[in-house]
Amino acid sequence: MADINVANNHNDDSNVGRKRLVVGAHYGLKDWMAQRITAVIMVLYTATLLIAFLTGQNFTYEGWAGLFARQWFKLFSLVTFAGLFYHAWVGMRDIWMDYVKSVGLRLTLQIITIVWLIVCAAWAVQIFWSV
Amino acid sequence: MSEAVREAPKKQRPEFRNIHVTELGNYRMTAGATVSILHRISGFIMFAALPVILYMLQQSLLSEDTFKYFAGIMSHPLAKLVTVGLLWGYFHHFCAGVRHLFMDLHMGIEKQSSRQSAIIVFVVSLLLTLITALKLFGVF
Repeated sequence: MADINVANNHNDDSNVGRKRLVVGAHYGLKDWMAQRITAVIMVLYTATLLIAFLTGQNFTYEGWAGLFARQWFKLFSLVTFAGLFYHAWVGMRDIWMDYVKSVGLRLTLQIITIVWLIVCAAWAVQIFWSV
Repeated sequence: MSEAVREAPKKQRPEFRNIHVTELGNYRMTAGATVSILHRISGFIMFAALPVILYMLQQSLLSEDTFKYFAGIMSHPLAKLVTVGLLWGYFHHFCAGVRHLFMDLHMGIEKQSSRQSAIIVFVVSLLLTLITALKLFGVF
């Protein structure tokens, strides 16, 4: 009985139910959102390259390198690949969390994933700015 | 705590467990489940293949010589076939991801429409793979 009264008394500013204030660090929401935003960027980049490939003829080094030599395309590539690596991190973290129950092994795999992606990111920058 | 409460026998609670890996063989997956697991597998493969993809991109951009050398490798039908396989993984991940984006907007989340969109993912991704493969093999 006492419990019910307490609940009723706090009904107006209740933090339980539909209007509950969900507190926390929002790591999950942030990662979920980042994965979606980066996905949209990659859709645009894919469409650009796919249309260029499907409509192109006589592929030459000049044409291919010429595309990547443009400043706007360098930046577009960099933004897309940065997004790709973040996207891949969220996805790989999901996979490790779902299948690897051992905390130590999971942490190790997550560290390897991060190092792997940072190496790839640095390499990507080197590739884009070598043209 | 009263005697009655303390001595009450524990109820056998029903235990719900995830499907065991050995049961996957005779488990009939829905179209959406197949799309989902292939989304995950293709994502992992692309993650693992990142250095290969970056190496190929580097070879194609570094100089005219490396471009020609790389073009020589890629002119082999077997290399093209491997590329088509990778493209299918990419396009499946792409289409399944777009399906996710629509579902995030609460579109097509009913049983029937989600089944339809899962089938659409297979059809569109295979069509994109086919079109790109035809271009790769020089049909148009």
